[in-house]
Amino acid sequence: MAERILDVKNLKIDFHTYAGEVKAIRDVSFHLNKGETLAIVGESGSGKSVTTKSIMGLLASNAKVVGGQIMFRGQDLLQKTEKEMQKIRGKDIAMIFQDPMTSLDPTMKIGRQIAEPLMVHKNMDKKKAMAQALEILKLVGIKNAEERFNNYPHQFSGGQRQRIVIAIALVCYPEILIADEPTTALDVTIQAQILNLMKELQEKIETSIIFITHDLGVVAGMADRVAVMYAGQIVEYGTVDEIFYNPKHPYTWGLLNSMPTLSSTKLEAIPGTPPDLLDPPKGDPFAARNPYAMKIDAQKQPPFFKVSDSHYAATWLLHPDAPAIEPPAEIIRRAKIWREIQEQEEVARNRREKAQKEAAKGK
Amino acid sequence: MKKYLLKRVFYMALTLFLVATITFFLMKLMPGTPYSNQEKMSPEQIAIMNQQYGLDKPIWMQYLLYMGGMLHGDLGTSFQFSNQPVSYLISSRIGASAQLGIQAMIFGIFFGIIFGSIAAINRNTWVDTSVTVLSIIGKSVPNFVLAVLLQYYIALKLGWFPIADWDGFAYTILPTIALGVGPLAETSRFMRTGMVDVLNSDYIELAKAKGLSKFQIVYHHALRNSLIPLVTLIGPYTVALMTGSMVIENIFSIPGIGEQFVKSILTNDYPTIMGVTMLYSAGLVAVILLTDIIYGIIDPRIRLAGNGD
Amino acid sequence: MEEKMKLQPEDFQALEVTTELDAEKIAAPSLTFTQDAWRRLKKNKGAVISLFIVLIMIVLSFGSTPFVNRDTLVKSQPQYANLPSKIPGVNINGLNGKAEVGGVWVDKYAQAGVPKDKYFIFGTDYLGRSLGQRILYGTKISLIVALVATFFDLTIGVTYGIVSGWKGGRTDNVMQRIIEVISSVPSLVIVVLMLVVFKPGIGSIILAIAISSWTTMARMIRAETLQLKSQEYVLAARTLGESPTKIAWKHLVPNLSSIIIIQTMYTIPNAIFFEAFLSFIGIGISAPETSLGVLLNEGQKNFQFLPYQMWYPAIVLCVLMISFNLLGDGLRDAFDPKTRR
Repeated sequence: MAERILDVKNLKIDFHTYAGEVKAIRDVSFHLNKGETLAIVGESGSGKSVTTKSIMGLLASNAKVVGGQIMFRGQDLLQKTEKEMQKIRGKDIAMIFQDPMTSLDPTMKIGRQIAEPLMVHKNMDKKKAMAQALEILKLVGIKNAEERFNNYPHQFSGGQRQRIVIAIALVCYPEILIADEPTTALDVTIQAQILNLMKELQEKIETSIIFITHDLGVVAGMADRVAVMYAGQIVEYGTVDEIFYNPKHPYTWGLLNSMPTLSSTKLEAIPGTPPDLLDPPKGDPFAARNPYAMKIDAQKQPPFFKVSDSHYAATWLLHPDAPAIEPPAEIIRRAKIWREIQEQEEVARNRREKAQKEAAKGK
Repeated sequence: MKKYLLKRVFYMALTLFLVATITFFLMKLMPGTPYSNQEKMSPEQIAIMNQQYGLDKPIWMQYLLYMGGMLHGDLGTSFQFSNQPVSYLISSRIGASAQLGIQAMIFGIFFGIIFGSIAAINRNTWVDTSVTVLSIIGKSVPNFVLAVLLQYYIALKLGWFPIADWDGFAYTILPTIALGVGPLAETSRFMRTGMVDVLNSDYIELAKAKGLSKFQIVYHHALRNSLIPLVTLIGPYTVALMTGSMVIENIFSIPGIGEQFVKSILTNDYPTIMGVTMLYSAGLVAVILLTDIIYGIIDPRIRLAGNGD
Repeated sequence: MEEKMKLQPEDFQALEVTTELDAEKIAAPSLTFTQDAWRRLKKNKGAVISLFIVLIMIVLSFGSTPFVNRDTLVKSQPQYANLPSKIPGVNINGLNGKAEVGGVWVDKYAQAGVPKDKYFIFGTDYLGRSLGQRILYGTKISLIVALVATFFDLTIGVTYGIVSGWKGGRTDNVMQRIIEVISSVPSLVIVVLMLVVFKPGIGSIILAIAISSWTTMARMIRAETLQLKSQEYVLAARTLGESPTKIAWKHLVPNLSSIIIIQTMYTIPNAIFFEAFLSFIGIGISAPETSLGVLLNEGQKNFQFLPYQMWYPAIVLCVLMISFNLLGDGLRDAFDPKTRR
């Protein structure tokens, strides 16, 4: 089994607002394996950004961690003091933000901004830090890096700025990189460039990535595993193929259904809005928007049902007693592809086993 | 950039020309007379005096003479002190006023930055509340009231500083405080708002994510970004200080321009009133131009835009 | 994670879709912009108290006109000169008609032969006039000056700004140059020049403040009008052929209202300060008329011996300024929630 580099267990976070306690994160557990990319997908307000901010220790002042653990290198990050977290942030765990237009200091030369983490974390002198910063600036694909090193952020385009933000995040070779919607604010053509850059650098730097997005389309080429979040909870998680071709949760169906594909003629929106987390529903939070909702959904939260070793979904539809239902056409189409993938894998596995057996015989 | 500057200087000159013209004709409308003892003078004496001051010539002639004189620094002769050129009156008094004004500006801006930053960093705590309350009071209490109170309680009762006059640094302290409290309060309010804005911005979030300490974030990123807009306050402060000096110099008997200006108004000394008005306007226009240039220098975003012009 | 539970078959019956409608319902009642601003203002304690103080001052100073006016102001009673405060039922030295003379508290009222039942709550001035009455009258003058300055701000400033921003091009250029000339002379100097030309007095002060106070308002309104002009709904109204006056009233003024209110709240304390300042240095309102500035000027002369003669008008002036400033801040926060922190 792969080495777990980060393990979030039963995380619960409340936000104190004038209207009351908003239960933004309600018992979220997931883990990140070394070297993989985990995508956390969900619509705005589902709690994906809050989750990652709690990992960084950057929660807003009105947020309170009510329970849970975030284990990193055998230690609970939630128990660390601010001073201890400062040593981890930017060095072991780094972050890329959504809007590159506003995430760079407008009055500081970008070279200095990239070098800053090195001077703070590695005790490098300015000269050495600048030299290394220049290297990473070349690595993220800024042309004429030497000249542009002393430019100010406003002299760069959005895509270039996001490359600089990535350079800042990676300059200390962090073990974990958290990317919070890093391409949302960019043009579609630039999006692909940035995604490719991130994949490329992931291999070079050997970092693990938590990739936050509301766009399932971005996930497909990027992630190894996917966790789907809804109303402050994870509702389904699995490998990228499992989520894309064999989804089990009606919310995941809704997300996939609302994503344009080559064959789709009409995009289906998910009706309704997410529940008010000031007073979360007793049962399945998705019940009100779920066309397949059952009585039990209104009364009791579904537990995670196992689909495979890596694939779990929290929906009563997976209960052995639940009636069989007909998923949307798009999901049936995907299920067909899933079976083909399975068959191909089956064939491949058989072939491998056969070859192994023959090899064993040959000995 | 050069073209832009030239254009600005041209408009400056035009503005000053208009101010001079308007002031000149306003003064000619004045009902008062320059000679305090006119009743006792014979018509011949008045005629001689008028001739001496050039008041016998037609108004357009007087205007041309005045404008011509101004071009080479001649602002006419004071009515109040006979035979004293206004330019001499001004130049002998400008030192005290400038020192007082600059000291008050530095005092106000420096402490305003400190208080405002402290309030912003400790937002929504008792520190923030006290700074806010103090700055409202500082903004609301008229400087002349403060000056009288300081003069009485600190100088007269406690004897810590001289009561009045202008004879060394100790004499400047109370007037500087009285004049600088207004800018201090304004700076601190402005700074607090700006800093709160900056501290909520994405690049501060990124700085936190880099693992910088609170001090490093404030010192390297927040301070510089929230200081830049402060430059726009220098113009309004100049106005406030010019205005304030009129009364503060009076209370503390400081031999400055403001004190002279009030005296000239009370004695209908037109040439001096006009001279000081021109001085104030020129000073203000110059300060505004200067702050625009400074703004361009310290804000890299504007610097580039200016170059492209 | 997986668990076995005993569930009844009816649990798996389809859920009626009524809940979906509830989820879409908006719980909070909708408020208009003004209602919302008013709600936010009410939450700001400082602003509410200030509003209250301002209202009390307005009612007291204007309501007292039948008792305190120009005729009563000039009545001097030299035998009652320079009496300290005497408040009925209060027995604190300094507030009970006694004053310190050579280290001993002396009952000044007895000395001056004031009838037992006569009280001067704020004492009297050097001519034996009730300081309380004079402060009340002075406050009224300050409020009138503020009111008139606001009026000019609203008429000249707003109109100028809208016209300049709306017309644009050459008109705008010329109008902006005019403002530039006016604002490159410190406004107090303009006021002073006006006072030199006209006879000092309340009328001249008001006129002088009117001439100099509207430029800031005009600038802000112009900037906002320029922005509003390019908004879709204004463009729509223009393409539909609505007259500029109608557009100004229907689309511009409502959207400018918050700026107008906020800017007005800065004009008021400014105007009050101007009046006090000018009267204090002796070129504003002068005897027999009075104002807070005149009172401060008179009080300052005797400050060493009769400090209350300066303190009382000073406190009233400061409270007035603080109230208007706090109210202004409260209104700004209420009307512009973006700047609220």
